[in-house]
Order: sequence, then structure tokens, then C-alpha cells
Amino acid sequence: MNLDIATTANTGERTPVVEMRSIRKTFLEVTANRDVDFTLYRGEICALLGENGAGKTTLMNVLFGYYAADSGEIHIEGERVSLSSPRDAIARRIGMVHQHFTLVPSQTVLENTVVGRTGGFLLDLDGARRRLLGLQERFGLHVDPDAPVWTLPIGGQQKVEILKALYRDARILILDEPTAVLAPPETKELFSTLRSLAAEGCSVVFISHKLYEVMEIADRVVVLSKGRVVAERRTADTCERELANLMVGRELEERRTTGSGKIGAPVLTVQDITVKNDKGLDAVKELSLDIRSGEVLGMAGVSGNGQRELAEVLFGLRVPDSGSVTLCGEILPPGQPRTAVERGMARIPEDRMTTGLLLELTVEENLVLENHSSFKSHGVLDHAAMGRHADELIEEFGIKTDGRGALAQTLSGGNLQKIILARELSASPRAVVAAQPTRGLDVGAIEYVHRRILEARDRGAGILLISEDLDEVFALSDRIAVIYEGRIMGITDRESADREQVGLWMSGVSGVSRPCA
Amino acid sequence: MRIVISKRAPLPGWIQLLVPVGAILVTLALSAIPILVAGGDLLLSYTSLFKGALGTRYNFLETCVKAAPLTFTGLAVAFAFRAKFWNIGAEGQLLAGAIAAAWVGIYAPPLPKALVLLLVCVAGFIAGGAWATIPALLKTRYRVDDVVTTLLLNYVMWHIMGYLLFGPLQMPGSSWPRSPAVEAIARFPILLARSRFHLGVVLALIAVAVVWFINAKTVFGYEARAVGVNQRAAAFGGINVNSVIMRTALLSGGLAGMAGVGEVVAIHFHLLMDISPGFGYSGIVIAMLGRLHPVGVALSAFFFSVVIVGAQSMSRLTGVPVYIAEVIQGMALMVMLIALLLTEYRIKAVRS
Repeated sequence: MNLDIATTANTGERTPVVEMRSIRKTFLEVTANRDVDFTLYRGEICALLGENGAGKTTLMNVLFGYYAADSGEIHIEGERVSLSSPRDAIARRIGMVHQHFTLVPSQTVLENTVVGRTGGFLLDLDGARRRLLGLQERFGLHVDPDAPVWTLPIGGQQKVEILKALYRDARILILDEPTAVLAPPETKELFSTLRSLAAEGCSVVFISHKLYEVMEIADRVVVLSKGRVVAERRTADTCERELANLMVGRELEERRTTGSGKIGAPVLTVQDITVKNDKGLDAVKELSLDIRSGEVLGMAGVSGNGQRELAEVLFGLRVPDSGSVTLCGEILPPGQPRTAVERGMARIPEDRMTTGLLLELTVEENLVLENHSSFKSHGVLDHAAMGRHADELIEEFGIKTDGRGALAQTLSGGNLQKIILARELSASPRAVVAAQPTRGLDVGAIEYVHRRILEARDRGAGILLISEDLDEVFALSDRIAVIYEGRIMGITDRESADREQVGLWMSGVSGVSRPCA
Repeated sequence: MRIVISKRAPLPGWIQLLVPVGAILVTLALSAIPILVAGGDLLLSYTSLFKGALGTRYNFLETCVKAAPLTFTGLAVAFAFRAKFWNIGAEGQLLAGAIAAAWVGIYAPPLPKALVLLLVCVAGFIAGGAWATIPALLKTRYRVDDVVTTLLLNYVMWHIMGYLLFGPLQMPGSSWPRSPAVEAIARFPILLARSRFHLGVVLALIAVAVVWFINAKTVFGYEARAVGVNQRAAAFGGINVNSVIMRTALLSGGLAGMAGVGEVVAIHFHLLMDISPGFGYSGIVIAMLGRLHPVGVALSAFFFSVVIVGAQSMSRLTGVPVYIAEVIQGMALMVMLIALLLTEYRIKAVRS
């Protein structure tokens, strides 16, 4: 492949707004970017595609002034610039929306938007509100300016991040895996916002590892692998399969799994659960569900339809207003995580950083989070036994770490998820509740997580897989249930599962789909 | 020229240990400035400081005696901070412990001395601990900020003590806010002749070992650390977060209370309004300087004690006011915080 042909062929009347030349960035011994050249043109949506750790985010953090490159040049609007902090980048009208939002949860949308743009001594909130409403109208980013940010769903918080950048007059918008946290309709909304931004002459960098999204939204794709640019394509001239091969450097296996073939009696029964969310509204309404031994029940649904609250009830983190959860014939006392674990429930939470792990403690200490009591005699922990336990799990689950004494925060995302899998699945659970178990992971780690979940199923566990990734649900599930506004819209077997039907349920249309006339 | 601050690779363990030592040396060097301003002779000042604190057997033991309450309050703060229970209230908990110890000591029951001393300690520990559970309850039940409540309760306890010393606990016939003396049977024995080296100093050292053991070896220590780094994950893992915070407060307050016990039954023998010259607040600095580690706390408490005791003879010999001790303590905290920053970040001047 020849990179120059692709670019020169299309320069035409296009104006570069950003040119990054020979960017190199090293972290300790890891080289994240090796002499990367990257150009962004006015009014285009450019996707940066690559597996986790390919160097996409690092490159954009260099452009946003978060990191100083070890070498290389950055030109913006033809002028060579030195960006030593995000403040410099913002002054150059660059905005970035990170994967992990940088909002103040207790403040309102309006207050979050004006941060850093409050002007002189007096805070002109009325002027700011008019400006904010104007931007909302123009780009279809509707959120209540007076809602505290913590009450918003993740999709809403992302809108606030984008509004914040636009409020600061950003002309170059960088989005780091924006769809990782979004459900299909929210993604659609985001895409139409991005298109209207591009139409107004803004340039958008869209970091992703989802091929179909890249094909849908981007004009141009830059593929990174192991810190280098390996290809550049116009989306019109390529296809998903080619991009996938460029990205992972190998032919993708088609994802397909077979059932365990021995589905048994229900192990986990959810009976008429009603539970409120943090805003005090009913998030789950009289929901009932059976998960049988040896099956994967995939729960699809648009983000924010009660999945989070349902999972928290099952985890024992949230007390339902009514209803019960039964594990192997016995009702679980609500709000008691320990009892659920002791009775054989494995729990994979959707936020591994904030819920699943103690990042500032060691790998060993994380591995015993749930069962440290079983290593005690008279209140004293048996560290030798804990160490052996940790070494066994590190070995068995292939956790890449400097050793059991390493702090969890030094591990990569995939290996953090392995810690959770090791902790949860090694005890031969009878039921597994996995919420978004592969969110944010790269292809290799996703395959690993899927394999481990299916192994647990084959050992007879009943699995509830809550996922917003439809491909994942279809690949793994024996039955597929769709949750919509806190209720089950429908359940279907894998044989009769039909993407269109599931999609309709997800958007709140009940009944059976009929083919178009 | 511009300044670039960037994250540094984790430093090896031995440097981590050297940091507090380096911070102390830098503090002493910087202390030259206020000493010179106060008109002191530098060499004479430092030699008299160290001679005054360590030069003779009596002075050395006196430094140990002074280090005991500082170790207790330092441990109290360090243990609470590890679990992110922001206990700024060691001062009030110390006073609660002192009041309880004085009460038991004044009305000492006719029991063997060992039992009376045990009773004094238990009363002081429980009083301090109970006082600390109030902010812990407010924090766990109503999410009231613990920094504010622990701090403000210091003043409440100080005024309660004032009420007692002008009322039920006032020495009969006295017009001063001063309690009767504690009975001889309730006083800590002096362990080394011709000094004030009392039982409480040994208890402080035992407390260091016990806190280390709890931190490193017990289920409670593990759970307290888990709650300290991530409450939500701790709850997810089945740890009863509220119970951990309550128990942490009880232990932390109890340790601070023990500082008050020693001051009453080994040093002053009366309850006085100025029973504590701010040991509880010094405990915060000591905990930070000791990096929240029990052994570090003991060492930094000793350093503080050297400064406090040494400043008195320095003042006598050079005319530098004794308040220099507080200046040095404040400086130690700032230098330590800067040193901690430098262990995690690298600051470079870059020519643009």
C-alpha cells in the first residue's frame, strides 16, 4: 500500500487544518507512537482505527496538549505550534471528548459548559445559557441546562462534553471512542451531530475500533497498529473486511458459538423486581426472568433502560422496592453482596475500574476481594495462602503482571478484566451475571472473555449476559431478551432470533415484525 | 524558558524511605532562615537544639516522653486517613480521653493498681473512640462531611471540658479551672529512675506494633484499606463499608484518647484547660510526614519531639523564641508535601 497515493489523489481543494509530522511518544519503555504522520482536513470526519494500545489515544492526546511528544512537529492552519497543555490546544480551537468524562457531577449542565470560559469577574450565566441553547439548537444536542450532570445518562453526559468543546469555539473535535458508551439510537444521534458539525466546516477525529461505525460515519480512515500508521483509506474505497485485516493483521474468525447442549432447571430467578434509579424514578418495573443452568441469556437493550439498576440489584448493591431474586431455590436477601457470592453467584460489573477493582491495591488483594474472609483464622489473614491463591489464578487466567504484588492500576484494561474473571469464575459459580463484560476491550481480550464465559456455561452455570453490543448478544446467547424502559419487551430463542425483531423491541415496538409489503 | 511537570516512573522502595529523611534535613536547613531572622547564632542554635533534646540521658528520656502523645495522635490520624476517614478531630478525642482518665483517676476504686490502670486506659480509649464515632455516624448515615464534623467537635469537647473544670470536676476550694489530682494508684508508674519515662511511652510503642499488625495482617486492616481506596468496589465485594468506617473511627479516636490518658495520669496529674498544646493537630502533620505508616509515624513523632524539647534549650541559650518549634513543624509539613509531589512528578525547565 502506498500512503501518498491515497492522500494526493484527494487533496483537490481540501485544506489541511492539522498536520502532525513524525510524532514520537514513549512512555518509560513503551513506544506508543513511532514517527506518526497524520493530517486532518477541513470539514471532514476522519476515523482513527486500531486495536487497544495501537496508539490512537496517545496521538490525539499529543494533539490536545496532554502529552508532549518526544519529537515531531505539529502544524495547525499551516502554523507550527507548540502545545504544552490543553489550554494551548483549546486556544487553537481544538476540543477533545475523552472516554472517561471530565465533568463535575454535582454541577449543572450549564455550569459544566462554562468551565474555563467564565470571562471576567462576574459570571454571566444568562448570556451563557442563551449561547448554550443556541448551540443545542444548531447541532441537535438537547440536554436540560439545569440538570445536575450526575442525573444524566452516559449519552447525555457525552453531549455535555461536546457542548463544552463547542462552547469554547472548537473547530477541531476529537472524540475518543465516543460510541463505546452509547446505545444504537444514541449513536445515531451522535452521528447526525457530527455530520452537521462537518457540514459547518469543523473537522472531526473519531477514534474507534468498531468497523461498521467507521464505515458509516467517516470520510477517511487512518489505521494504526503498534504505534505506526499502517494504512489510510477513503471509506468509499474500502470495506469492513479490508479494514479489519489491516487493523488486526490477520483474517478475523467469524464469531459463532454453539450451545452447551444441556440446558437444565432455572438457577437464577428474578421475580417481579421493581427498583428506582438514582433520580428516584422507577428504572425496572415488575421485571421477571429465569436463567437456566447451562444457558446464556443475552439481555439486549439501549443503554439507560434499567440494565444498570437490574444488575445492581442482582449484585446486591441496590435494594429493590419490591420483588425477589432467587438463586438455586433460595431467595437472596436484598442488598447483601456477600450472601449472593457465598451462594454461588459470579458478578462481572460494568465499571471494572470503579466497581470491580481496587486499583490502588495489589493484584493479590484484588483477587481476594470477595473471599478474603476464607483466608482468615481468628481475624488474621493467612498471607501465604493468599499468595498461593493469587499465583494459581495469575497462571490459570494468564494475567500479565509483574507479579501478585503489583498494583492493579499498572495493568492494562484486558488484564484488569482477567483479574475480575479469575476472581469470579474460578470458584465454579452456579450463576453468572455479566454486565457489559467486553466494553472497551480489544479484539483479543473480547475473545478471551467470551471463551471464559462459555466455559462457565459448559460447566453448568446459568449466565445472564447484559450487553449493549448486539453482535456479542447474538454470538453468545441461547436466548435473547430485550429490556426496554425497565420491562422485558420480548424473549426469543437463538434459532428463531432475528436481528430486525430484536431491533424493533429495543426501540420499544412490541409484537412480531412482519415483512414489508 | 518554561516549566514542564510530568509523571515520573515509580521510584524504588529505598528512595521512598529516604524521602522523609531528606524532608527533615531540608526542613532543618530552611529553619536557618527564621533562626537568623530572630537573631540566633546558627551553629549554637542547632547544637543547642540537638543537645537540648538528645544531649543528656534526662533530656533524651524527656524527648521520648514528649513523643508518646504525638505517636498516639499520629497513629490515630494515620489509621483513619488510610480508610479515608478524614479525622481532623484527634485533639477533641484526646481531650475526651483525658477527661475520662481524670474522672476514673480522681475517683479511683479500691482495686489492685494494675486493674485501676487498665480501667483508666479503657475509659480513655472508649471516651476518645466514642467521640470519634459521632462524626462517623453522621458520615455513614447522613453523608455529612467528616472533615468539618471532626474539626468542629474539637471545640465542642474543649467547651465541655471547660464546663467540667468550672463545675463538677473543679478542685474544691480552687477558683482555677483545674481538677483535683488523680489518686496515686491511678498514675502510670515511672519505669526509669531519675526521669519521667512512664508506662505510657511503652504503651505508645506497643500501639505502633498493634496498628502495624492490624493494617498488614488482619481482615479488618484489609477491609479498611479497601474502603480507603474505593468504597464502591469494597461494597461490591461484600465489605460492610459503614461498619468499617465506624470501627475505624472507634480505633482512631481511641488511640487519640490514649494520648490524653498519658498526659493526665503520667505528666500533669490534674485535668487542665491546656492539657494539650495541640497534640491532636500535630498528629495530622506527623501522620503525613510518616506517610501514614505506623513506624513512620513513630519516627516523625520522635523528630517532632526533638524539635519541641530542643527548642526550649535553644531558646534559653540563643534568645530565639520557643515558637520556633511550631515554625519548624509547619515547615516540615510543607517540605514533606513538596517531597511527595517530587516523588511522583518530575519538574523540568525547558528552553522553548
